[in-house]
Amino acid sequence: MADASLLRVDDLALHYQTRNGVVRAVDGVSFDIQRGEALVILGESGCGKSSLAKTLMRVLPRNVHHVGGRVTLDGVEISALPDERFRRDVQWSRMALVMQASMNALNPVVKVGAQVAEPLRVLRRWPRRRALERAAEVFALVGLSNDFMTRYPFELSGGMRQRAVLAMALVAEPDLVILDEPTSALDVLTQASIMNVLKRVKRELGTSFILITHDVATSSELADRVALMYAGELVEVCDARRFFSEPAHPYSRMLMASVPRLRQRERPQSIPGQPPSLLWPPAGCRFAARCPERFASCDHSPPALPLHERHRVRCWLHALDNASPVSDGPRSTGEEGTHDR
Amino acid sequence: MIDSATSAGRRVPLLEVDDLHTWFELRQWGFRRVGTVHAVDGVSLALAHGEAVAFVGESGCGKSSLARTLLGLHRPTQGEVRFDGQALAGLGKADMKAYRAKVGYVQQDPFGALPPFLDVRRILAEPLIVHGVTDRTERERRIRAVLEEVRLGPVDEVLGKFPHMLSGGQQQRVVIARALVLEPVMIIADEPVSMLDASVRVEILDLLRRIQSERELTLVFITHDLSTVRHYAERIFVMYAGRVVESAPVDELLDHPQHPYTLALLSALSDPDADNALRLREVPGGEPPSLIHPPSGCRFHPRCPQAMAGLCDRDEPIEFTPRPGHVSACWLYQ
Repeated sequence: MADASLLRVDDLALHYQTRNGVVRAVDGVSFDIQRGEALVILGESGCGKSSLAKTLMRVLPRNVHHVGGRVTLDGVEISALPDERFRRDVQWSRMALVMQASMNALNPVVKVGAQVAEPLRVLRRWPRRRALERAAEVFALVGLSNDFMTRYPFELSGGMRQRAVLAMALVAEPDLVILDEPTSALDVLTQASIMNVLKRVKRELGTSFILITHDVATSSELADRVALMYAGELVEVCDARRFFSEPAHPYSRMLMASVPRLRQRERPQSIPGQPPSLLWPPAGCRFAARCPERFASCDHSPPALPLHERHRVRCWLHALDNASPVSDGPRSTGEEGTHDR
Repeated sequence: MIDSATSAGRRVPLLEVDDLHTWFELRQWGFRRVGTVHAVDGVSLALAHGEAVAFVGESGCGKSSLARTLLGLHRPTQGEVRFDGQALAGLGKADMKAYRAKVGYVQQDPFGALPPFLDVRRILAEPLIVHGVTDRTERERRIRAVLEEVRLGPVDEVLGKFPHMLSGGQQQRVVIARALVLEPVMIIADEPVSMLDASVRVEILDLLRRIQSERELTLVFITHDLSTVRHYAERIFVMYAGRVVESAPVDELLDHPQHPYTLALLSALSDPDADNALRLREVPGGEPPSLIHPPSGCRFHPRCPQAMAGLCDRDEPIEFTPRPGHVSACWLYQ
């Protein structure tokens, strides 16, 4: 396959050292993103999705035990770059991260416009005036009036601060923006208008997005593709249309059934049990303990099996599917133990 | 008063709220008055025995202040709350204590609501001790029974655990158990699932609803998320800027929303669908109004796409009944 993808992540891992042992927060995650595509990483709290974002951006806490895997951006292996070069050439300018609750982390004593312009002043050494002019353009893009450039963060509402943080991420025209729960602290109407901004940016600038969220309904507002994370692993990566209509992994199906719907009358179903501890993840499939469809093979860890084009499922059920004539996906030998392709 | 007669039919009202206002004074340097926050500003309603209702609205619409006023934690500035025919304002200290035993409270953040240095047994014993259950074996029996009821097991193991040793869902079960242990007749649950994961949410909501119907409790369920309401309440009240703007039985409200604010809320919410990514949503501009200086007339008029100049910006809408059992405070239905 010719590699046209913008970002390629292979076998990414992040383990933390804690007093109780090693926590395997991200444990062998692989995916890729095309230019202009939005990938949603969906998962419950504690599944490792924020750690994944931090690993990609190299903003790691001190208790890291092990970081592994390869990250390639536009053909360049950025995971091999030394920290200093990564900071200069990749962070903000090519990949920007909007962290969870970062709207509350704006500097309270600096005007919002100056904060949005700051990456340009620091990274590109732009003069003040030029950086502020560019900041004004981005303000318009995210739907903030230019009057707010000279305000302080406390004078802005939550939705406006979230827009300002978004403007800060977009100011250096990155190829990829990673958003960690950008709307979870906001109200329904504000949430919808922030999602509108993201859709517009994606359409107009062709920016790629990784949207990290626990909310299935929000995820569908931006997703071209969905990656579902469970206990440190991606259990299913596929096209959004397929994910929302006929997901393949039992966990995906149960998660979709647990979403309360506004316009349908089916009762949502809960998923019994709890995710496993990431200290001692089970040897086999990590979802097996809660899975109604488990069978003997589930004692062994399933690989990410290809099901359709760019659709992978970490479930033995689909190894059987591939061997049966019903499948329309590319054939797999089923038992191949390889991680990825 | 909202028509308890039509929707709650034969049932006797348990809780009546009459033109309730809860205002907070804003002070500078601790003493200079600089304004008043009109958190609850003219709410009237009646809840029947054994009814499950939901209050829905964005943050800052006054839904939590309303809940806390109903619990007797805030003193109403104006208006009255009557429980079983008795006005809360007139209750003495002992009666107020008895009232608190009859109304359970389920907080939003389970971890924050549980004292970190008490184990589950002690957490659940506390309300019993406060309300005079002196017999230790009797307390133990009731604690075990209530843990069984909220399906938190194995009981022997759970009793000795501290809050941080429990998962979010289990913590919320302890909070619910604590609200139930005094055998209340009403439960007020303020955003009981907003801090929980999707898969646990449904579990907790199912639990509340089951206990509500088994014990025939009156359940007041406060949420910002309209999509969780359908199966867990019978009636919905939509709040905006301190007032109830619309109320109706659940299916009626969700299937035939009338008030422009409810319409806006519903159109901003989505069921998961890949097509959502392809279209922009219609969102009314602006922000929720300041509760210090609420807009004149209808509070939604500055954001309302159907606002009528000269009417909506001047006169506060009264309650109209555009459909049977469906109340909407909007001049459109005049």
